[in-house]
Amino acid sequence: MQKLLLLGDEAIAQGAIDAGLSGIYAYPGTPSTEITEYVQHSKEAQQKGIRCSWSTNEKTAMEAALGMSYAGKRAMVCMKHVGLNVAADPFINSAITGANGGMIIVSADDPSMHSSQNEQDSRFFGKFAMMPILEPSNQQEAYDMVHYGFELSEKYMIPVLMRITTRMAHSRAGVSRKSETRKQNEMKLPTDLRQFVLLPAIARRRYKGLLSNQELFEMESEKSVFNNYIDGADKKMGIITTGIAFNYLMENYPERVIPNPVLKIDQYPIPRKLVEKLYNECDELLILEEGYPLVEDMLKGFMANGKKIKGRLDGTVPRDGELNPNIVAVALGMTDTIGADVPGNVVSRPPALCTGCPHTDSYLALNEALIKLEPGRVFADIGCYTLGALKPLEAINTCVDMGASITMAKGAADAGLVPAVAVIGDSTFTHSGITGLIDAVNDKSPITVLILDNGTTAMTGGQNSAAQGRIESICRGIGVEEEHIRILKPLRKNHEENTQIMMEELAYNGVSVIIPRRECIVAIDKRVRAKAKIKAEDQA
Amino acid sequence: MKKDIILAGVGGQGILSIAAIIGSAALDMGLYLKQSEVHGMAQRGGDVSSNLRIGDKEIASDLIAKGKADIVISVEPMEGLRYLPMLSSEGWLITNSTPFKNIPNYPEIDDLYTEIAKVHRHVMIDAEGIAKELGTAKAANVVILGAASAHLGISFESLENAIRRIFAKKGDAVVELNINALKAGRDFAEKNSHL
Repeated sequence: MQKLLLLGDEAIAQGAIDAGLSGIYAYPGTPSTEITEYVQHSKEAQQKGIRCSWSTNEKTAMEAALGMSYAGKRAMVCMKHVGLNVAADPFINSAITGANGGMIIVSADDPSMHSSQNEQDSRFFGKFAMMPILEPSNQQEAYDMVHYGFELSEKYMIPVLMRITTRMAHSRAGVSRKSETRKQNEMKLPTDLRQFVLLPAIARRRYKGLLSNQELFEMESEKSVFNNYIDGADKKMGIITTGIAFNYLMENYPERVIPNPVLKIDQYPIPRKLVEKLYNECDELLILEEGYPLVEDMLKGFMANGKKIKGRLDGTVPRDGELNPNIVAVALGMTDTIGADVPGNVVSRPPALCTGCPHTDSYLALNEALIKLEPGRVFADIGCYTLGALKPLEAINTCVDMGASITMAKGAADAGLVPAVAVIGDSTFTHSGITGLIDAVNDKSPITVLILDNGTTAMTGGQNSAAQGRIESICRGIGVEEEHIRILKPLRKNHEENTQIMMEELAYNGVSVIIPRRECIVAIDKRVRAKAKIKAEDQA
Repeated sequence: MKKDIILAGVGGQGILSIAAIIGSAALDMGLYLKQSEVHGMAQRGGDVSSNLRIGDKEIASDLIAKGKADIVISVEPMEGLRYLPMLSSEGWLITNSTPFKNIPNYPEIDDLYTEIAKVHRHVMIDAEGIAKELGTAKAANVVILGAASAHLGISFESLENAIRRIFAKKGDAVVELNINALKAGRDFAEKNSHL
């Protein structure tokens, strides 16, 4: 069969389709979004009836996936690294309940924060939950690991975490599909009726089971085809790589022969015997990890009284940011390479709101409404509108996590800040904003909430927004007073009127919600193009 | 054979359309390929780049090492200069001359041209101008690809075939237009390459 040219994300999706997946659950988040989108666009997935629409947030996605696993079918749930924080409660507990049908959680980390608020390493979460972790080093492994992961999950009845990083998720390479694909599982309910009932007495028993399985998980890592010990003659230094760090190591040896012994780790728990072998045979170790120094920290220990361990903790490799071939070359003691300097007149070009973006008009009105109201502050959220922090708008003061706009504004209002404004998008509002708004209504907190409704999840490429035109009914249902739910159209020509409405609501001593509603211009463009395409095809 | 290519531009300029044509041609020739892309926040009008690597042996890293790129192909003059640290001393800079000004402090364009002229091996091309003469400015990216085509390690015919495959759905006229754009870019580069 001819190879497919797939992003790492797409390789995972195709792997899941071929491994008998029944449902994929996700909330969009860079760099994980394309996994679910691939399944959504796959005709094969459609024919097989694989469930694939977007969830409201990562927690609902994780729980639905666990429910599908409960019913005996194979489920996958995908998110970006910070999404795993949102889903942490069901994630950790799913290791205690265990799985029934195979379950894989994909968490896509973003070292160097290309599109994120932090660069947390999901392997720590996997270790925390005491789950097996898979970390592919290339697109082919990503495909193959999904088959393997579902097998492992069903063998030990345990969810499996697959951790990838940006360069794995968003890089394309040729991938060979397996000649035999697997059928979906039939529905098969758990035989132990109490398996998923985490009452303390039952949870204690199940937790002991999880603990006793750790030895078996480690045994699987020792014999895994994805963990390889590659011998080398120069024992002065041994090298451990995890995930895609292996590629950067190989890149520095054009003949693909490394003089030192190398342990390539792509499956956790860390294979102890293989690490011991390397440690015993070599004078010192170099640890190359894409992410936090997890393996390095464990090997080094608090007292660091063994052999020398080099890596991110001793400065051999930078403590933060993603790896690249140059960083690894320097760590190996090779000469670094670089081309000419960037000419002095080249200036930075930060991302910005699109020309004609409705958010710009909302911010222009808000900025003007706030001019006379010092020391008002604007608590914003995660989405395209976070770009309002930059010049020329400089309209917002915070961006922390999904939903934090409303709750932080509430807390600041509780402390006496007037006016306290929250700015949140329609998709982020349904993701994590609703509960915070209930808190504010219950406390009658004097906050003004702008729900910027562009009808889509714009930043990640225009996925369906869960609100679907129901924002005002949701607010009404929560208990926001009818006369303080104001809908306006953010256009330049409405600037005066919109500013006036904002000033009125800023002056109200209670919860008001303003909904500037105008479709994302990228979404309009996409819609018009899709329409034209259908028309052209009809004519043809 | 091994070619390391940096594609540069501004989010929304469609640098991945160039990558798609090179990628399709490379696969057709049975070459290995890795292509790292930028998705997410940076696409919103910020500077974007893609690392495209092709070769007859398996490729290890998804990212090209600094100072090792064989070509920087840029659809915007300032963006091409941004990736000079990636370019090897023997490498080519193939760049569009039309600026994309979405920032208030965009530098003097003549100063950028002066910097481009300092690059040992370069081609600077008015891709929009050439594409417009052929019928539409939309073909500008293919004109730039044509200007780079001599340095890709891929036969011109394979690139033509890739264009036929990729644009087939849009009809013969669009295919023809893009093949002409590819040729026009190549012809320009043959006469205007600075060594």
